[in-house]
Amino acid sequence: MSQTLYLNSVSIRNAFASIILLALTRASVAGVLPDDRSDVLYHLYDGGGVTIDGPSVLVRKQVARNISLVGNYYVDMVTSASIDVVTTASPYTEERKQWSLGMDYLHRNTTLSAGYTSSVESDFDATTYNFSVSQDMFGDLTTLTLSYGLGDDVVRRSDDETFARDNSRQHYGIGLTQILTRNLITTLNIETITDEGFLNNPYRSVRYADPDSPVGYSFEPELYPNTRTSNAVGLLARYYLPYRAAVQTEYRYFTDTWDIESHTASISYIHPMDDWTFTVKYRWHDQTGAHFYQDLFSRTEATNFRGRDKELSPLTSQTLKLAASYKLLNNGWRFIDRASVTFSIDILNLDYHDFRDLRTDAVIGEEPLYALEADVVQLFFSIWY
Amino acid sequence: MKGRSLLRVLASLAMLGLLSACGSVEPWVKPYERDRLADPIMFLDGDPVSSAYLYHVYEAREGARGGEGSGGGGCGCN
Repeated sequence: MSQTLYLNSVSIRNAFASIILLALTRASVAGVLPDDRSDVLYHLYDGGGVTIDGPSVLVRKQVARNISLVGNYYVDMVTSASIDVVTTASPYTEERKQWSLGMDYLHRNTTLSAGYTSSVESDFDATTYNFSVSQDMFGDLTTLTLSYGLGDDVVRRSDDETFARDNSRQHYGIGLTQILTRNLITTLNIETITDEGFLNNPYRSVRYADPDSPVGYSFEPELYPNTRTSNAVGLLARYYLPYRAAVQTEYRYFTDTWDIESHTASISYIHPMDDWTFTVKYRWHDQTGAHFYQDLFSRTEATNFRGRDKELSPLTSQTLKLAASYKLLNNGWRFIDRASVTFSIDILNLDYHDFRDLRTDAVIGEEPLYALEADVVQLFFSIWY
Repeated sequence: MKGRSLLRVLASLAMLGLLSACGSVEPWVKPYERDRLADPIMFLDGDPVSSAYLYHVYEAREGARGGEGSGGGGCGCN
């Protein structure tokens, strides 16, 4: 059986192509161009029967007095035998490659940024364009950023060469960074994302009660609405402690037209010690499920829209992060001003409140709830020049 | 309707930006008082390649998206 199964719904994957570029353009600081730097990162996600690893290489260089270019090459190599795969399909391997190019142009206190991202895999292509403008105001205490992104995707099936569906996606963002005191900096982010097109997974199935089946249930293809609009508001505050350390708190409220509502909060502590910098972070996320999500539908085609993507189910996730960074070449070497090496691990725990583990022989609808633990490891070298 | 509302908000904020250029606001944190904000431990996104990857992981594992991170801007230390 060669049928593969998406890791996530298309609506979630849609956003992937733009994430890295958005983050890279977010690195821009109005009034000054970002530092020239390069990063080589190895990433590993291991949990729930899924292993994803690969490199990410970033190069940023100022090419004129007021122009900085950035490029990023990113690879995901996926080996999946996730709970979805083992219960409805076969384990598979997949590779996704992504290129991003961006430019920042600085004029006085204004930074204009533009970027392009292309993501390619065997059954999914995504293209994203991003634009933003940042303006320093009030003696550089305030930075206002307006951003817009446009994405076009093509969804295919590996087992049907004639299958191709389109998606379009638009991002609207407002960011406000404010220095409040000599020790405190805060940001407010408002982001609206709209999707239109084929948003469900072409492989994924939903489960419905079927008295004619020996196990009491059967599967049928999921069917999502073809539009989605989401709104997110995020607040961040970072405070400099008296003994040279920093603490950061974050909160995000999210809601969308699929009735998913979530709260996300985190607290970080950053502590430098000689050439080392240590970071500890705890992150908590809680969400309701999409209105068309059910773990077990009462019958076939029971509702107009139906999905059993566990990422759209009610869930709580908690993450503990530990990171250590070590400064290298403090006196520089040839064209390199300084460098660092960083190791981090994020331990994710996800508890699903309405997604059941079908690998047991329990009575239908009373299977144990599924839970997932994953380790996210990053090792990266950075140089500034 | 939501798109129109957002456009109004964007237009209002753009006007705010333009108006800010017409007047001068005395910075209550002077440039020489921003040494702590210029410390790398206060950078909101000191490692963009790493934070981009983690956003990728969270968006894959959760139903929410957007609104996290530094969202642009910096310490105004220049």
